[in-house]
Amino acid sequence: MPELPPRPTETEADELRRRRKPLNLAVIWVLLALAGLFYAITIVKMMKP
Amino acid sequence: MDFTEVRDWFALLKPRVMTLVVFTGMIGLLVAPGHIHPVIAFTAVLCIAVAAGACGAINMWYDRDIDAVMRRTRNRPIPAGRIEAGGALGFGITLAIGAVIVMEVAVNLAAAAVLALSICFYVFVYTMWLKRRTPQNIVIGGAAGAFPPVIGWAAVTGSVDLIPLILFAIVFIWTPPHFWSLALWANDDYRRAGVPMLPVVAGAKETRKQIVLYSLLLVPLTLVPWYLGFSGPIYGISALALGLGFLACVVRVALDKQDATGVSLTNDAPARAAFKYSILYLFVLFAALAVDRLIG
Repeated sequence: MPELPPRPTETEADELRRRRKPLNLAVIWVLLALAGLFYAITIVKMMKP
Repeated sequence: MDFTEVRDWFALLKPRVMTLVVFTGMIGLLVAPGHIHPVIAFTAVLCIAVAAGACGAINMWYDRDIDAVMRRTRNRPIPAGRIEAGGALGFGITLAIGAVIVMEVAVNLAAAAVLALSICFYVFVYTMWLKRRTPQNIVIGGAAGAFPPVIGWAAVTGSVDLIPLILFAIVFIWTPPHFWSLALWANDDYRRAGVPMLPVVAGAKETRKQIVLYSLLLVPLTLVPWYLGFSGPIYGISALALGLGFLACVVRVALDKQDATGVSLTNDAPARAAFKYSILYLFVLFAALAVDRLIG
């Protein structure tokens, strides 16, 4: 069986979380913007005669 | 907060290249006859931007070996080790597929089909096939960057006809003098990376000649929309004036002080100026067409 990498220490895990936070926030904003866009597209398509 | 990682993912999309692509796409959309709802127009432009970014990410994944040895590109996220190559590829593929699907669902099939064709052309024909094999790489590969006005037009009309094909031809013929001006002063980088750009394969002298020849083709071609009556004097006179400026730039490139092999003795100052002017040229030319169509 392949050897698993050692578990990160509490400090390393905190640092990883801290570094990941901006990227996670960016992904949330992109997803929210996409949801808004798809909603607007749906409304426009429904308005079409 | 440390935004380095977000910036690196964004850099994969080659935002500077994306600007020109989005702009020419928007012009195709603006000058096309017919009406498009602003939300759908925004979606079409967004899809063009995302697809262009996806091509950039896939290109950076494929070219990571040569990017690492070129001064201009060695600090990109993949060769610098800040983003894993596989992650960049997955990112690019996801964005490319997403852009085509959204274009089809929200806009129309014609625009989605041309968008898919442009992505495939850039990735498979330019990046994977031509770029490392032939000095004609950016001549034929330039077609990939010429698709956006056609996509914009198709988004409004649902079809492709003569005028968007002329806009395609203008960007297509503009690409070689634009890229070869860059290649003249980035020659050492391309040679080190083994990319057969024209100055590497045929020398600087031949490249200068080709730049002038393509520019001589470009200027009359930009006048065709005026000649066909698609645009008025605002565009026609702008195209003529801008074209004369372009020709003046490339003549300076041809007459640059050089040694017997054609290598510049002025650190390629005229080629650098021509490269900068070529970007401004395309922006103003297409803007003039839009202004002419909207108020003319």
